[in-house]
Parts: sequence; structure tokens; C-alpha cells
Amino acid sequence: MAPACETCKANPAQIVRPKDRSKLCTECFFSVFEAEIHHTITSNALFHRGEKIAIGASGGKDSTVLASVLKTLDERHDYGVELILLSIDEGIKGYRDDSLMTVKRNAKQYEMPLTIVGYDELYGWTMDQVVEQVGKKGNCTYCGVFRRQALDRGAARLGVRHVVTGHNADDVAETVLMNLLRGDLPRLSRSTSIVTSTPSAASTDPNSHSNIKRSKPLKYAYEKEIVLYAHHKRLDYFTTECIYSPEAFRGSARALIKNLERLRPSAILDVVRSGEDMAKLVPGSDEGCGGACSSAVPAAEEEEGGCGSANGRTAGGEMANLEQQLVQGDVATEHDLEVEITLKTVASQGTNDVNGNGNGNSNGKLAHVAQSSNARKVRKNKGGQAFIPRKTPKQVMGQCRICGYLSSQDVCKACVLLEGLNKSRPKNNIEIGYEPEDSEVQGITNGVKQVHVKGD
Amino acid sequence: MSDQAPKMKDEDTLSITVEFTGGLEMLFSNERKHSLSIPIRNEDGTRTNMAALVDYLCQNLMKDPRKDLFILDGTVRPGILVLINDADWELEGEDKYEIESGDNILFVSTLHGG
Ligand SMILES: [Zn+2]
Ligand SMILES: [Zn+2]
Repeated sequence: MAPACETCKANPAQIVRPKDRSKLCTECFFSVFEAEIHHTITSNALFHRGEKIAIGASGGKDSTVLASVLKTLDERHDYGVELILLSIDEGIKGYRDDSLMTVKRNAKQYEMPLTIVGYDELYGWTMDQVVEQVGKKGNCTYCGVFRRQALDRGAARLGVRHVVTGHNADDVAETVLMNLLRGDLPRLSRSTSIVTSTPSAASTDPNSHSNIKRSKPLKYAYEKEIVLYAHHKRLDYFTTECIYSPEAFRGSARALIKNLERLRPSAILDVVRSGEDMAKLVPGSDEGCGGACSSAVPAAEEEEGGCGSANGRTAGGEMANLEQQLVQGDVATEHDLEVEITLKTVASQGTNDVNGNGNGNSNGKLAHVAQSSNARKVRKNKGGQAFIPRKTPKQVMGQCRICGYLSSQDVCKACVLLEGLNKSRPKNNIEIGYEPEDSEVQGITNGVKQVHVKGD
Repeated sequence: MSDQAPKMKDEDTLSITVEFTGGLEMLFSNERKHSLSIPIRNEDGTRTNMAALVDYLCQNLMKDPRKDLFILDGTVRPGILVLINDADWELEGEDKYEIESGDNILFVSTLHGG
């Protein structure tokens, strides 16, 4: 028989909190869960009275719990904020139907206005069309890069300057580990900050979508507790996995986090805190550019729609994946840490980077892209000729000359991907060899090969 | 289950409800709720506990070949929550909990899209 709740000493305990192992009844669990999120909001001054806030809503557990809790807290503590729901439709046939239905029901349940923005409206490409173009593997990069901007663009359309997302402690811990394993401390630093974007000094246009604040009110909430909150509150949420291939490295990091949690439940928050402490040590840890720099890769944004977070399912060969990625991590750490961020992204992650495409300064980058596909060989030549230390320009935040999005590059990641999509037709070259004939194809197939190696 | 070899009498079985949510239902014929009759004792005569149930589910209920998405290293995969009659199974002795007739056992995956 279950012991009594440690708080009220009356009801039987139903929940064991991961962070401190306390045994609580559902009512006491609701109270403390909500109180902690209230504390996160107030101690970080996330909201201000009169602010209009868009909740990035996917219909999944995290954003549903976020919407429910924010409504409860706003009523209880009178934040005086205006909450709306903002959903992204990636244009994956069938995939969003059920989750958008869920979001529509949530809008009624929480009495919040809902806006749904499609990739086709924003980019002229649905994800299905992107997949047709680049193949089924390794397209989560596109999905994630597009999604990050999609929320900002959607928010800007609505005249909303603040977007909150459902990223939880597990997501943050996962991202900290990933960046640690890649040796990417600058991004580790950004991924741990609770407010990941600050107004762009460069932007004079009040409707610019590069002027959007992002925050994560669930940053310290365990995924386990979010699921239990949704379950015991009988919240209406939807579960699915992205039908396209997930990013295997995140899957491995996720599995590692879950295994650590089993052994020592406080590990997740400990990793988050360690990440925060390490972030303070990163030179020039630039709150100034916030998460905006990570337009290069949207640290954990892919969680919003299920890409990436579905990776728990890629069970087989996880350790092999991890090992492979560690090898790539080695490559990354052989770089000077000051290396331009997108370069490391390419080298360490093997994403579908098409940096070479269409923008003039392709030479240096292509060299890196090419080498990253030979990561294992590179390791054998450790310290050899593989990566020549470069004079590395300090990252300077500017705006994408095409869309105006905050970017460390002349052209932001999304526009680079779009340029590649609009320009090249590489879809029949997925199995292309290690010596691509043509630099444009190379950037795209590189990521594809990486995924391929992982034995999906 | 009808495919139990020697016919079992009622007193030899436990009637329970097993539910899968959070994406796990995909591994169990896309069916969220399953009403099962399981043997009250294991072959060695011990009472059926959670460990035996998980094994049973894997052998008999799960058609999906990806067993490691449900069990890993002989127990429920990390990231899957187990609730016994709506209480965390950690409160009930985890895999040593002896199943009672009428129990509701819920498996929730936290590994899927948020
Ligand atoms: Zn209580
Ligand atoms: Zn752009």
C-alpha cells in the first residue's frame, strides 16, 4: 500500500518527484509543480504586465501543459498578460492533422485565440516538398531551422514580441550534453539561458521578426512531472513522432539522460545547473545575441514539433551512434573554440548544411564540409593535416540580408537552405559517393550520409 | 488470452487492464487499452509480479519486433513511466509488485514529441 503524502499527510501518495524523491498526492503535486513554475517566471522576470505572449503550441504534452499552467497561474497571480496560441504547420501530409485538431481543442479549453502558420506561406515550401527534394533522411535540419523562424515570423505577424516554448529540464540537459560532447561551449552557453533572444539593436522595424523574445518557463520542470501533470489533470494532448528521420545524436543524448535519471533522478537538474555554470565561464557568453545566433541550428527547437524528441525510439545502435558522434566531437574539439559557429555546426554535426550554396564565400566552408564527412579518417590523423587552424573571425551578430533575421552570417541559415532548395535538384543523388562531383550537391549529401552511417 | 496451452480455470488467472499511452500504443497494435487475463503464478510457482507481467506483455501482446523500445536490460526502458492504479510504481515496489485482480497498469512514454 502506498505511503501517505509527505505534504498533507492525509491522501495516499501517488507521485515520486524526481528532483527530491518526495512522495506526494496529486493535489499537493499540482500545487508544488505550479508554484515552482510561478517561481521560475517571477524570479527571472519573464513576463511584464500588459505583455502579449504567444505560446508555441504543438498539441504535444509540453506545450499543452505550458498553456494549462500559464492560464492557471495568470488567473491565480494576476500576471496581467495576454496569452495566445501559435502553431506551425510544417506541411507534412497527415502528420499535423491530429495535432492541430488537439491545438484547436486546447484553444477552446483554455479560451485562447489560436493562429496556425504554414511553412508554405512562410517559405514557399512544405516539408513534404522539401523531402521530395532532398530525400527522407536528414531533413530534420530543414524542419528545425524553418520552425525556429516560423514561430518568430508568426509572432511578428500577430504583433507579439514574446514567444514562450515548452522546453523542459530534460530538453535543456540533453542540449547541454550534446554541446558538451561536441565541444561547442558557445552554443552550450546560449542553450542554457532561460531567455534565448533579446531585441535586435539593428532592427528599426517594429514588425521585424528578428525582434522577438523567447523564453522557457518549464526550463526547470522534469519531463516526467510534465507527463504526470498532463496525466493526472487529464489534459488533452497528442503524441506522435515525426515521420521523418530524427537526428540520431539527440536521440543518443536523450537515452543517456534517461539512463542517468534512472540511476540518479536529480542528475537532470544537475546537468542543467552545470550547464548554467559552464555558460558563465564561456568568454563573451553573449546574452546579447541570445538564442538568435542559434538560427544556425535551433538548439532544441525541434522539440516543438516532435522532430528530434521522437528519438527515444531509435533504440538500436545508440551506443554506436554515440561513438560515431564522439568521433565527430573530437573533430570539433580539434578546432579552435573560437571558430565561427556555423563551421563547427557543420564539422561536428554533419547537418544538411548547404552553406556552400549560392553565397560567395564558399571555399573555406566547403573544405570543412568535405572533411566532416570523413570524420573517422580524420581522427586517425589526429592533429594532422585535417583541420588547419584558421584565423577565426569573432562572431558578429548582424541581420540576414535576405530576410532580416538575426544572424551571424550574411545570409541566415533558413535563407541558405531555401536558396539551396530553390536552386538545386539533388534528390536523385542521395547515395552519392564520398567525392561529390559538384559542390552544391555536396553540402546536402553530407548530412544525408551522416544519417545513413547510423544504420537507420 | 486464448492461446494459453492448458485451459486455465478462473482461479488461476488475474483479470487486469493494461494501458499504453504517450506513443507506446504504437508498439501494441495502436491499441491504448487492453483487458487481459494473465496467469496468477509463474511456472516456478511464484506469484506474478510486474517483472513477469512486463515479460508476458513482450512475449504475448507486443507484435512490434522492436522489443527494445519497451524493455531494455530486462526492465522497462528508461523514459517510460509505470503507474499501478494511478500511483507511481516506485511506491509499490516496482517490478516486485505482485499483481492483483482488477489492477490497472499504465505505461506512459515520455520519449515522444512534446
Ligand atoms: Zn498531499
Ligand atoms: Zn534570412
